[in-house]
Parts: sequence; structure tokens; C-alpha cells
Amino acid sequence: MRSRIEARFADLKREGRAGFVPYIMAGDPDAGTALAILKGLPGVGADLIELGFPFSDPMAEGPPIQRAAQRALKAGMTLSGVLELARRFREGDRATPLILMGYMNLILHRGIAAFARDVAEAGVDGVIVVDCPPEEAGELADALDGADVSLIRLATPTSDDARLQVVARRTSGFVYYVSVAGVTGVKEADATAVAPMVERVRRASDLPVAVGFGIKTPERAAAIARVADAVVVGSALVDEVADAAEMNEDVTGRVLLKAESLAKAVRSARIGQTTV
Amino acid sequence: MNAPTSRPAGRPNDYTAYPDAEGRFGDYGGRFVPETLMPLVHELDAAYRAAKADPAFQAELAGYLKHYVGRPSPLYFAERLSAHLGRARVYFKREELNHTGAHKINNCMGQILLAMRMGKTRIIAETGAGQHGVATATVCARFGLPCVIYMGEVDVERQKPNVFRMNLLGAEVRPVASGSATLKDAMNEALRDWVTNVHDTYYLIGSAAGPHPYPEMVRDFQCVIGREARAQILEAEGRLPDALVACVGGGSNAIGLFHPFLNDEGVRLFGVEAAGEGLDARHAAAINGGRPGVLHGNKTYLLQDAEGQITEAHSISAGLDYPGIGPEHSWLHDVGRATYLTATDAETLEAFQLCAELEGIIPALESAHALARLPEICREVGPDGIVVLNLSGRGDKDVATVAQALGRRI
Repeated sequence: MRSRIEARFADLKREGRAGFVPYIMAGDPDAGTALAILKGLPGVGADLIELGFPFSDPMAEGPPIQRAAQRALKAGMTLSGVLELARRFREGDRATPLILMGYMNLILHRGIAAFARDVAEAGVDGVIVVDCPPEEAGELADALDGADVSLIRLATPTSDDARLQVVARRTSGFVYYVSVAGVTGVKEADATAVAPMVERVRRASDLPVAVGFGIKTPERAAAIARVADAVVVGSALVDEVADAAEMNEDVTGRVLLKAESLAKAVRSARIGQTTV
Repeated sequence: MNAPTSRPAGRPNDYTAYPDAEGRFGDYGGRFVPETLMPLVHELDAAYRAAKADPAFQAELAGYLKHYVGRPSPLYFAERLSAHLGRARVYFKREELNHTGAHKINNCMGQILLAMRMGKTRIIAETGAGQHGVATATVCARFGLPCVIYMGEVDVERQKPNVFRMNLLGAEVRPVASGSATLKDAMNEALRDWVTNVHDTYYLIGSAAGPHPYPEMVRDFQCVIGREARAQILEAEGRLPDALVACVGGGSNAIGLFHPFLNDEGVRLFGVEAAGEGLDARHAAAINGGRPGVLHGNKTYLLQDAEGQITEAHSISAGLDYPGIGPEHSWLHDVGRATYLTATDAETLEAFQLCAELEGIIPALESAHALARLPEICREVGPDGIVVLNLSGRGDKDVATVAQALGRRI
């Protein structure tokens, strides 16, 4: 059976455009609001969704996502709570792929086999584990394979061709290219530097390439959308949550508005272009 | 000498054969870092292996350890403390007499030589008590490399003299406000710096923890403690000791003392974790009060809550205020080769004062945790038993903390 991720990227290819992938932190600023945002995202142009599960020590995140995780934990979010959000989202949306993104300790804590079973049951399509490189991923990859959930791997500016082979070996769904050497949401991604790397990733893998880290504005998102199969935006959306909550504004409305402007930029980026 | 049938299940024939090629000590260790760092971790592993096998590198390191650090450190018979405790003979391995006042410089000297050999031009490090930060700043000054030290805001406050020492040595100290603002958060921030500055930066980790090859490399550089102690006790007593004891935070001073004795099964090994206000309250005892998990690049025992979130550690000693422990200790605990005890803040303060009064040595609060368990360990080894304790650091940095804890104004 074709996975939701495969189906979605096939649609995008047919439409000749890149996909827009918003990242939000589960439970930020609270479970109810996060669910409302999640449910609203496909309507404003999200093609896939990344849902962060909060960890106390997120070593690859910059300040925006660190703070988002702290807010979510303070509001009582747990991994079980994240799976419940996924389940509720899936009840109303059978088509949009949902990718969980987080850190290894919570997975080990739940047990790798139980984690794989539970995410599949909740309707999750893929998992990104930031601190689990291929060298440490054998057991997790086996368990997720068995549950028909993709383990999505990261390629980075430090990956040489030999390393890309290692990364690609057991990746499924898509490859996530981390566009800057650094933490999330700090350095800005440069489309002219990203383009040749995306080509190198494509030579190592037949899978679509999504690009993330350091993409904050519609202009930047559009530039990346011209060279990649999908564009991930996280910190800029998470910052909207923080700002809106601080100003006592409608968090869901602000985040969806921001997502919509980014989605429009990504969706229209290739109009007038003949080739990618 | 090896008789496998006499060993309990799970115990290896040769403890020194670990970690394996994947950086595993049994189930512990590994390389749980973001993909961006993986090529760097592999590069470091290859560079370290080449340096380890290079006699020129080893000779250069030995030269600096002798002439700059002041090694070998003495093995000193603590006569009055021994008499006070009973009939066992307690020796101190005097790491506090090293340049900068603790064992930390052994590792820093090894890693800075490696960093230069690798062509790295910028050094970063994390520090808790400030001892590793001072040692790193010291070697960076000595070799003329720029240096950034990450230190939790809470630790900056309670270790002000060390912050100033690092500044005097030319290091930039960056206070870390995230999380609990202590050692674990400093380590998160150092990892974030490393992932951002991959091309020129060398991360000089201070404990036998982090992704492979750090636990092995830091251990190897600290093993000079145990190698010297082994030769010194044989010369002083004509036999191996009955027990070794050292405090354990990340555990680099302990593994440095223990490792050259691991295959001497007659030598009992005691690590002492910080029990803080007690194991049922706030503490820093990863093995005695934690469960296996993954943090800072390795799988090991960690303090965590019912959901797997890392919890804040507490100890009166900033150097032990860390929710994890080096992976080799986790393994030695599981296979039963080493025993991990605990000492509370209160017990530590008593031992701190006793050592000062009876031996004229003001120990670091970290080392005072090991001193606090001496009564039980001396009883265990019996009359005429021999105990070697790693006096891993001096306590000058701690006098303000101790005065405050004792309700005294200075």
C-alpha cells in the first residue's frame, strides 16, 4: 500500500510545486490550542505537518523551539498527550502526512517496540529523531518498519558523499536536509548554497528532499521552494505562538495566518519556472 | 590469570577491552548526536586513534604532564585520618596538587594537544564547578588558542572565584540561563556551539561522558592517576590496595583511578555519588536514583521523571551537580565490578572539615564525598586493609560555599 507520504509527494510532483511543511510544538502553549492549530493547518496550505514532542534538553534547537518545549512541558504535555493530539488530528484528516520530531530519551523511556506500535496506531506517518544517527538507529528502524512508519533521516552541510550513502541507506518517506550547520532558527538558510546540496542528496537517494532550519520569511521559503521538494518552517511559527500568547491575542489565528503567508509563497514559488 | 568460570554472569574476561568499535560499554555509551556532528565525531575518533598510537604524541603529553602539570602527584599516607577511622591504612592520591588544583588538567592537556594536531583553532568547553573551565582556559592560554567556556548561571554565581580565574586566563565565560542553569545546560549550550561552528571548533569535554570517543579518550587521559597510584602503592606497601574510592559526577577522576585496576578483581572499587539533601529529596545520584536513558550523546544512567524528562540534579558541590554519569560507570555498576555509594551534603561537609583538621588538607567538596564514605569502606577492608582515595581537587574554591552552609560569615 502506498503511504500517505508517498501519495502526498506524488501529488506535489504532479502539481509541479514544492510542499509546505509547518512545524509546531505539541502542547504549545497548551494541548487544546495546539490541536486547534494542527486541525487548521491543512486548510491554510500545509502539505505535510511536523509535530515536535517536547524534551527537557533539546540539544539541536535554538532558543525559539527550546522555549516552545519549555512552555509545552509546563502546560503538562507528555508523549502520551502528543499521541492523543495526533489521533484527534487523524480523525478529521485522512490525507495530510503527520511527522513526529523529537529526541531519543522519550522513545527509550516508552520502549522502542511500544513507541512504534503507538505512533502507528495514532495515525503518525513518520518519525524524526534528532539525536539518533544511523549508527544508533538499528532497533528503532526495525520497529518502525514493522509498523509501516517511516524513519526520516537528516542530511546536513557536513555530510560528504560517503556519509550521504549511510544516511540514505534505511531512510524512507523523504530525506530532511538541514540547510545550515547550527541549531534551529538562528542562522539563515541560503538558497544558492542549498541547491547543490539538494542535488547531492538526490544523487544518493531516490526520495524527495525536504529542506529545513533557518527558513523564516515567505521570501526565503519561496527561494528554497524553487530548489527543494518541500520547505519546513518551524521557529518562525513557534515564535508566533510565543508573541500571540504574550500579547493575549488569538494564538491559533496568528499562527494560521503566518502559516498561510508561508504556504502561499511556497505554492507560488515555481510559477513561471519551466524546470526545477 | 583469567578464570572465566569463576566470574559472575555478564562480567568480561578483560575489562580494558571496552568500549567496542561502536563506543559501547555493554549497553551504554554510543553516539547519540545530531547528524551534523556525526562526521566530526568520526573524525575525532580517527584522530584520537592515530594520536594514541603515536609515540611522539605520547612523549609530548608526558613532557607537559611532568613539567607543566607537576606529575607524578604524590601518594600520601593519611596517618592521622587513618588512626581516627580505625586500623585500615588510607592513602590519598594527591590530584589536588596538580597545576590548577584538580585532576581536570590531565585530560585538558591531552585534548588540547589533540586539538592542535587536528588543526582546530578555537576551543569550547562546559564547566560546572569551574575546575574544568579553569583547566581548559589554562591550556588554551599556554598554547595561545581562543577559548569559550559555557557555565550555568547558577554555577557562575556560586563559583565566582573560578569565573574570575578563567577571565584572567583570557577565556570568555558565557553564562547559560536555559533549563536549570547548571552543568547539564552548559553542556547543551556547548553542543549547540559545536554544531554551529563545525569547521574550526574543538569541543573539549571535561568528563568521561558524551558521545564516543569522549568517554574512552577522557578516561585514557585520566588513567595516569591510576597508573601512578598502582606503582606508588606497590612501592609503599608491596601489594595492591584492597579498595579504591573516588567521588563520581560524570566520573572522570574515578574512572582514571579505577581503570588500571579493573582486571585486579581483588581490588574493590567504590564510587561515591552526591546524595544532596537525600535520595528521597533533591540529589545528583544517577545510578542510585536514576534509570538508563540518552542524554548528551550517550546512553547511561540518568535522573529523569516518570515521563522521561531529565530532572534537575542537586548537590552542594557544583562539580557533581549533573543528572548523568559516564557510561563506563553505568556498565561497571551493572556487571557488578564497581559499587556506587552515596554521600549527602551534610555528610560531605563533616568529612570536609575532618580532613582539614586532621590532615591539613582542604579538599574540594567533590572529593569530600569520597572522604565521607571512608568509615564504612575502612570497616569493609578490615584491620590492616589498604584504601586509596582520589583526592581529586583542592577546596579553596569552596570555602565561601562551606562557610555559608555552616552559617558563618567570611
